[in-house]
Amino acid sequence: MTQYLLAVHHDDQPPLSPEDMQQSFKDVEALNSEIQAAGAWVFAGGLHPPSTATVVRVTDGAVVTIDGPFAETKEQLGGFWIIQAADLDAALDWAAKATVACRLPVEVRPFQEG
Amino acid sequence: MLVSADEIECHFRREYGRCVATLVRFFGDIDIAEEAVQEAFTIAVDRWPATGLPPNPGAWITVTAKNRAIDQLRREASREDRHAQAALMYARDAQDENRDARDEDEGQVGPVQDDRLRLIFTCCHPALARTAQVALTLRLLGGLQTPEIARAFLVPEATMAQRIVRAKRKIKAAAIPYRVPGDAELPDRLQAVLSVVYLIFNEGYVASDGGALVRDDLCAEAIRLARVLAELMPDEPEVLGLLALLLLTQSRRAARIGPDGSLVLLPDQDRSLWDHALIAEGQDLVRACLRRNMPGQYQIQAAINAVHSDASDAARTDWGQILRLYDQLLACSPTQVVALNRAVALAEVDGPRAGLAAVDKLDLTGYHPYHAARADLLVRLGRPGAAVPEYEAALAATSNAAERRFLEQRKLTAARQAG
Repeated sequence: MTQYLLAVHHDDQPPLSPEDMQQSFKDVEALNSEIQAAGAWVFAGGLHPPSTATVVRVTDGAVVTIDGPFAETKEQLGGFWIIQAADLDAALDWAAKATVACRLPVEVRPFQEG
Repeated sequence: MLVSADEIECHFRREYGRCVATLVRFFGDIDIAEEAVQEAFTIAVDRWPATGLPPNPGAWITVTAKNRAIDQLRREASREDRHAQAALMYARDAQDENRDARDEDEGQVGPVQDDRLRLIFTCCHPALARTAQVALTLRLLGGLQTPEIARAFLVPEATMAQRIVRAKRKIKAAAIPYRVPGDAELPDRLQAVLSVVYLIFNEGYVASDGGALVRDDLCAEAIRLARVLAELMPDEPEVLGLLALLLLTQSRRAARIGPDGSLVLLPDQDRSLWDHALIAEGQDLVRACLRRNMPGQYQIQAAINAVHSDASDAARTDWGQILRLYDQLLACSPTQVVALNRAVALAEVDGPRAGLAAVDKLDLTGYHPYHAARADLLVRLGRPGAAVPEYEAALAATSNAAERRFLEQRKLTAARQAG
């Protein structure tokens, strides 16, 4: 079993209509139940927008706290699943369902083992 | 000396894909498999000249490589190397699974999935970039060394080495599976495998860059891969179609290049130079495909080539049939490039005016065959002056020296006609 991050990327597409948004939430909830029932679930969550982000880093030996996302790009992490799957094909099957449910592109990345 | 070094290398080259594929299944690790086969090669070079060829060189290589790898992994595992421990555990599981499978199979004969087939689907997995798919396929299935692959694709060796290392790392880290996809995915996934083999052939046949018009090693390798696929998936008509297409294209290899190394187009080729054994084999495959009646792009392209191969001279070409085949091809792969080829066939059936009208509907600026075809039709319509800038556009779009020589020649002739 390998664990995979399914990262949901917000791009600069226009936002969904309120109805589509509601439907998307329902679809994601249904998918979550499906992932749990299949025993593939590790963890998942949606994130507040990048404007709520704070970055902490070491500069000249001192820890500095600044406002803002790490990178000011159009594409930002919006949420994620962590799943476990037998191989990449199984993970891609979940990712296919995930991108349909959340209406956004999903990036699949394996976790390092151990 | 009973066996020469060249012979040994030849055997390894031929058996490489099969041996590596078997060892990948056994150890679940491409690097271990490759190193083990390399090790077996060193041993063979040492022993075979004195002992002669073993009765079954392929089996000898696989067994020797497997034993060497297990010894090596045991030594590493005893030093607490976790990677080696994992590979050994995997190998034990693989052995158990084999035994189980044999027990299950007893009494019933089913198709045995070849390890090479699994491996080619791993190499051509859609999670890998096309360039990586091609490089991995040539290296793991074709047994080509990284410098050879780099030379064939005219990229620096370091770039190619990195491409291969990265792809192998991704296969391992992301756990890209080592199996033939299920029925639901098979059509898409097979399409990727066929494209990779076709691309390898094409890169050899229409060498996109550099001095030589063709790179025979790539063509030969692509045909070998297509033969392996056809042997392993005899029920997939597109696999047979691809093999037929490659054989029929390759049959014209000797006639396609003039004594001065320049390109000779189909109508001007000396047909006695065609390889009639390849033609016969390709045409048999096309007929077998027709009987199945499940057409696809490779089968139709093969059929078009089969019609050309049927004509004893260019004037006897059955263009009507070729045009009908292009109509079919356009229906199953509606691309501008196919439409361009159809327009060329149309010009043969309905004349250059109809051909030019069809070409003018396309937008393939910067694609050199488009400009060359347009120029050729303009010349035939008695407008050589208009053809010159088209030849220039074609020249600007290709870097293959032999094709450039050919286009320069055509351009000169058109300019002379235009006065």
